[in-house]
Amino acid sequence: MTRKIVTSVEEIFHEGGPRANTPLKRGSVMAVIQNPYAGSYIEDIQPFMEDLKPLGVAMAQKLLAALGVEAAQIEGYGKGSIVGTGGELEHGALWHAPGGYAMRDVLGGSKAIVPSTKKVGAAGVRLDVPVTHVDASYVRSHFDSIEVGLNDSPRADEMAVILVMTTGARIHNRAGGLDAKEIEGKDGLR
Amino acid sequence: MSAEIRKIATWVEETHREIGQQISPPTRKAVAVAVIKNPFAGSYTEDLTPLMDIGAELGGLLGDKCVAALGITPAQAESYGKAAMVGEGGELEHAAAILHPKLGAPLRVAVEKGAALVPSSKKMGGPGQVLDVPLGHKDAAYVRSHFDGIEVRLNDAPRAGEILVAVAVTDSGRPLPRVGGLTHAEAEGKDGLR
Repeated sequence: MTRKIVTSVEEIFHEGGPRANTPLKRGSVMAVIQNPYAGSYIEDIQPFMEDLKPLGVAMAQKLLAALGVEAAQIEGYGKGSIVGTGGELEHGALWHAPGGYAMRDVLGGSKAIVPSTKKVGAAGVRLDVPVTHVDASYVRSHFDSIEVGLNDSPRADEMAVILVMTTGARIHNRAGGLDAKEIEGKDGLR
Repeated sequence: MSAEIRKIATWVEETHREIGQQISPPTRKAVAVAVIKNPFAGSYTEDLTPLMDIGAELGGLLGDKCVAALGITPAQAESYGKAAMVGEGGELEHAAAILHPKLGAPLRVAVEKGAALVPSSKKMGGPGQVLDVPLGHKDAAYVRSHFDGIEVRLNDAPRAGEILVAVAVTDSGRPLPRVGGLTHAEAEGKDGLR
């Protein structure tokens, strides 16, 4: 049961260095939903993953639309969850499969694992969602993170689930490592 | 002088449920933020005219961004607001120069009409600090259902030599308005108040 959806897009032109011809875009989408397991310990929590699948697909499509780009232009991604104080950290882990696979499907079958983070928190808490390259996790230029949060969420009986996407490398990336042009894209790592 | 923009962020918040009630259609608020270089950071400058021109540029740019992010026509916008946060190298008056003399006219083009005063707030601040942008009905300031606000925050802005400028636009009022007063439907929108 969704109470709120927030989409956010940043367009970055420069960070003190040369101005980019095409700004880097970084976007996030967060859905604030009822946590069906808040309030007491429940052993079998996996059924909720099925319920989250369509939400994951809808969120990934919404974020892509907000970024205004084709799926092929997405180069980095990540996911996260924040569990309200009436729940437990394990509830946040329910987002791994539905969030990750939904985003990879919408993007046309990305190879790399979707990096993630999670925590329990009260309304207004901030979460730094990690970002890595969609096809090769070792691409150093695409390591990043996007901060998300909402002043009234999550309430104690809610959880917030999050997807993030970027259209490219950090705006002034120059720290070396595996280059996006060098990736083989077979194993999801290099 | 035109704005030297480092980044632009847009944010759309939809409320689908509140306190057990379904909100249909969901209420929606957008806010667009530009992080710009403060040309007058570091020392006192008497003439702030260039910042007023930057305000005019950003009023249109950020108003258009909000309307586009909401996916509405300009006429469908119902409320608006503006705010600025000046990094520590500047002064509060820089926010006033951006917000007040010239920002409103192009914003009113972006939202079509806009007879009412654009509610505003301003402060000095640094990266990660929250700026609350007030919201009021765009044509009739007394419409009680549309008094609201939206929070913005960017972890990396404003740096000392920057200014964060925000414009907010909605296509609706609060999710469950029931404290009376003038309604959206009753508003005449001639004098900007009722």
